[in-house]
Amino acid sequence: MSSSALQIVWVYPDLLSTYGDRGNMLILAHRARARGIPVQTHEIHVNEALPEGDIYLMGGGEDGPQALAAERLLADRGLHRAVDRRAVVFAVCAGYQLLGSSFFAKGAKFGGLDLIDISSDRGETRAVGELGGEVDPALGLPTLSGFENHGGRTHLGPGVKPLATVKTGIGNDGRTEGAWAGTVLGTYCHGPALSRNPALADLLLRWATGEETLSDMDDTWPSRLRKERLTATGLA
Amino acid sequence: MTGNLSSVEDEKKLPLRASLAASVSRTAAALSRAAGRGDGSVIGGKLGMMIDPDLLAHLAAGRKIALVSGTNGKTTTTRFTTAALSVLGDVATNSFGANMPTGHTSALARAGSTPFAVLEVDEHWLPKVIAATDPKVVALLNLSRDQLDRAKEVAMMAQLWRDTFAKHPGIHLVANADDPMIVYAVGAAPSVTWFSAGQRWREDAHVCPACGGHMERGEADDAHWQCSNGDLVRPTPQWTVDGNAVIDASGTRHELKLQLPGKVNVGNAATALAVTHYLGADTAEAAPKLAEVASVAGRYAQVERDGRKIRLLLAKNPASWLEAFDMAEDAPTLLAINARDPDGYDTSWLFDVDFSPLRGRQVLITGERAYDLAVRLEVNEVPFTHVASFARAVQTAPPGRLEVIANYSAFQDIRAELDRVV
Repeated sequence: MSSSALQIVWVYPDLLSTYGDRGNMLILAHRARARGIPVQTHEIHVNEALPEGDIYLMGGGEDGPQALAAERLLADRGLHRAVDRRAVVFAVCAGYQLLGSSFFAKGAKFGGLDLIDISSDRGETRAVGELGGEVDPALGLPTLSGFENHGGRTHLGPGVKPLATVKTGIGNDGRTEGAWAGTVLGTYCHGPALSRNPALADLLLRWATGEETLSDMDDTWPSRLRKERLTATGLA
Repeated sequence: MTGNLSSVEDEKKLPLRASLAASVSRTAAALSRAAGRGDGSVIGGKLGMMIDPDLLAHLAAGRKIALVSGTNGKTTTTRFTTAALSVLGDVATNSFGANMPTGHTSALARAGSTPFAVLEVDEHWLPKVIAATDPKVVALLNLSRDQLDRAKEVAMMAQLWRDTFAKHPGIHLVANADDPMIVYAVGAAPSVTWFSAGQRWREDAHVCPACGGHMERGEADDAHWQCSNGDLVRPTPQWTVDGNAVIDASGTRHELKLQLPGKVNVGNAATALAVTHYLGADTAEAAPKLAEVASVAGRYAQVERDGRKIRLLLAKNPASWLEAFDMAEDAPTLLAINARDPDGYDTSWLFDVDFSPLRGRQVLITGERAYDLAVRLEVNEVPFTHVASFARAVQTAPPGRLEVIANYSAFQDIRAELDRVV
């Protein structure tokens, strides 16, 4: 960690917050505090410079805001500096696409932040519904579960590994879902993706703090939610 | 309302096919109601339109029509407008909230000949219903995130409306000056009455829909706003609200004694009175009619059950949850969440709602997706108790006031348990 408290930076909530994206920031802060880790959260709007932090969060967004976010982040370079010093980046949906070399918005191709080896274009159909699958064993996480709502398809280069193998839904292309490299991780599980995936939230916290393990906490409600959703989607 | 006899008379004026279609539509609706399968508006309208696809246009012809659309407040504003307009004559309306063309067709067929109709219209259907009914006036309330797994994103909806109004310059619009998405949707429409009713929810309007620039905005719900590039600026409203009063375009103050709670309903009342004024009613005469509305399709209804005074509040999306917290009393509160088709299958929006106003109250939760809500409340530091059903909640809460806030299908389930309160 860069200071005495864990610094969580939510990148451009005024542009990238379509549906419950705030949840990821709130869940990370809640789970850190439950372990006695002090936390500070920062909501950085598009007209502000990105501060130094330990975890950066990017949410979903409509085409116009996504393109504007790319332009501002390329000018700001704060996220690039963060990745260089191995800060954690967790991005969903439009934010995930921004991590790559290019994406499509408003019918045109835009250059992305080029932080990981992915590129995105448009699918023939919109992917809307439950999304789930088995997570890359290297990450040591249980089944991924979420909800997707996007028109993009994402192509993974050799520099990244897929986050999961799709069992239900579309994800990147119907076969793989999400991507990760180093401490940068993206997913099409949109909005409050961490609500159903507390172990993924803890992985991000472990990456950010350098702790090998975190103490146990009461996970009654996230566990019941996971069980209910995994059963409903045939992944239990 | 006109009775059945006169509607048979009126059908003589309709083309033969339309007359038959209207009659079948009414019969089917009556059968559906008799069979206990809802209010019959949808099945009746569907059958009628199979026989005559232009039935809605035929039934609309000759009436002065007002349409009401937007993400939130449609049903209540439609009800208010119908009540206010009754000072001028009979009004047909889709009072059951069936807000697509089948529901409109059924409502007009059922009402028979009326000089006026006030129709609540689903946002997606507004362009088609405008084309079919040739309305005199359309009220535009607000546009915010709602069921994103199937609805158009907010900016796309605003663009769809803007394109529609550009094609129909003869329609008068009564539009919300506090919502940048509505102002964008109005575009260059030549005939507009602007109202200000405040906008508590603003997370969908940080970015200018015209240019993508940053939106500058004051703190108050009805504060001035403008796009930093100057593409879009809040119009000066002619109709405003102040406490429980509506101030009309001439500056005259109308004190309201509404039965419906919350500031948002004073805003809905202002919209209804502005529409009614445009159609020729005297506002001082129309305003007292609004106080007669006690509940709207079960919303705001109060029911006694086992010593509990239960009040039902519907909250479908982040903006309407903020309004529900504003209306609810400091009392035990049941939150009920489903995620069926009419609710949208995606519960992500729960994290867009700040539930902290409920801290300190006894909070009960239920519904098919109660666990999604449980995780949200835990993170929000709002203590709660999960109960298996509405009936268990009534047993668990102490005698006295019980506020029930539910999303759409959860609300309908509870309403059914309470014998379809209206």
